[in-house]
Amino acid sequence: MLDIRRRTGYLFLIVMLGHVILISAQVQDRGGARLLSAVTFGLVSRIQLATAGGVDKVRGLWHGYVWLQGARAENEHLRRQVVELGGQLEEQRARASQVAMLEEALNLRKSLPIETITARVIAGDPTPGFPAVTIDRGSADGLRANMAVIAPRGIVGRIYGRVEEHAAQVQLIVGRSAGAAAYLERTGAGGNVVGGFEDPPLRLDDVPNLVDVQVGDLVLTSGLDGIFPRGYTIGRVERAQRGSGTYEEIAVRPTVDFSNLRYVLVVTTAPSPRWAAEADRQ
Amino acid sequence: MRTIGIVLIVAAGLVLQTSLTRFTVGGGWAIDLVLVAVCFCALAWGPAAGLLAGTLGGLAQDALSGGVLGVGGFSKTLVGFLAGAVGTQFIVAQFVPRLLVFIAGTFVHQLVFWGLYALIEQRPTAVPWTSVTMQALINAAIGLVVFQIIELAPGFAARRRARRSRLSSGGRW
Repeated sequence: MLDIRRRTGYLFLIVMLGHVILISAQVQDRGGARLLSAVTFGLVSRIQLATAGGVDKVRGLWHGYVWLQGARAENEHLRRQVVELGGQLEEQRARASQVAMLEEALNLRKSLPIETITARVIAGDPTPGFPAVTIDRGSADGLRANMAVIAPRGIVGRIYGRVEEHAAQVQLIVGRSAGAAAYLERTGAGGNVVGGFEDPPLRLDDVPNLVDVQVGDLVLTSGLDGIFPRGYTIGRVERAQRGSGTYEEIAVRPTVDFSNLRYVLVVTTAPSPRWAAEADRQ
Repeated sequence: MRTIGIVLIVAAGLVLQTSLTRFTVGGGWAIDLVLVAVCFCALAWGPAAGLLAGTLGGLAQDALSGGVLGVGGFSKTLVGFLAGAVGTQFIVAQFVPRLLVFIAGTFVHQLVFWGLYALIEQRPTAVPWTSVTMQALINAAIGLVVFQIIELAPGFAARRRARRSRLSSGGRW
């Protein structure tokens, strides 16, 4: 007679062995199991789009009709902010025109314009500890893997995996195995920012001990990774100390508030390392 | 029929997980509703159900998160099977035993999950104990509420039916 408990035990061992084989196959060659990822994301992204639409409608109803407490004060505050930002924008425009004139006068090649597309975040982390989001733009909007994703206050991450027609996954810069080529604004020293740490979630690696790094220094993208455009904010140095080896140990706090991501911008013009190097030379 | 139920519960956990966490991406608190679904299936229907739920949920999460496919599957299958085995060996119909299963399930899952990643990436991984403890408590609270709702729902429906039939017969009389 077949014992159901023993049969489950055998089944358990077989399934666990299957997982181990699956993991081993990817550790050797990551191309082996992409089909399952693509099929799962293809199916789930459709449900996520529909769910996000429903949830946003309910939120809209609640915030638009029911929860109007403080809306007037918030409106006033936002109006003031719009005026202030308008002023800042004008200042930036004036500076940009001066730069353009200088570029022309010095016969320099003009900086490449960066084109972006706005996307709405429709889903969050599928696994705690692996910060990722799903956005409502996909291959139909011209999105490809490895495109940079930014927010008004800095970089967010990059598109990874298979891009669906109307959805794409974004690996956040604060996530494990995420990274970006970076430099310190004040000194110009270059390094690599990597994510996946607890608090603060970013580290700036490969900066020699000789470099003067101070708390509060701004960390920007260098563009050398070929994904993120040069000059975008990553974060600020929160801790810096001499490392035991050649390099300093620098902890970086991102400027983007990842707990409040609603809309992001996808950079559709990817910078090439050659362009970044040219910009450095200039 | 039970298999369809397990698939639906895990799918609901996954959809809710991604829908709710989009408002707290990278935030301080974390929940794992797929793990809650796995523990629920294991406690309700035994180790085979836990095994199936863990495999499905874990692989789906791995595929969506961009991590190594199979790591989440391995850890969730283990938790599902162990929770189901505990459910068949001990009486876990009470509040405290269930709470302990959900909390222990979260800790075992996190240890195995991060342990496997440390092995694969060959770099030491610090388990964020504060966030894991928070996650264990939140997972347990949600799991217990789900159990309570599901166990109370048939009684509530029966009482409502009985009240309706009493009212309708009273009206005719």
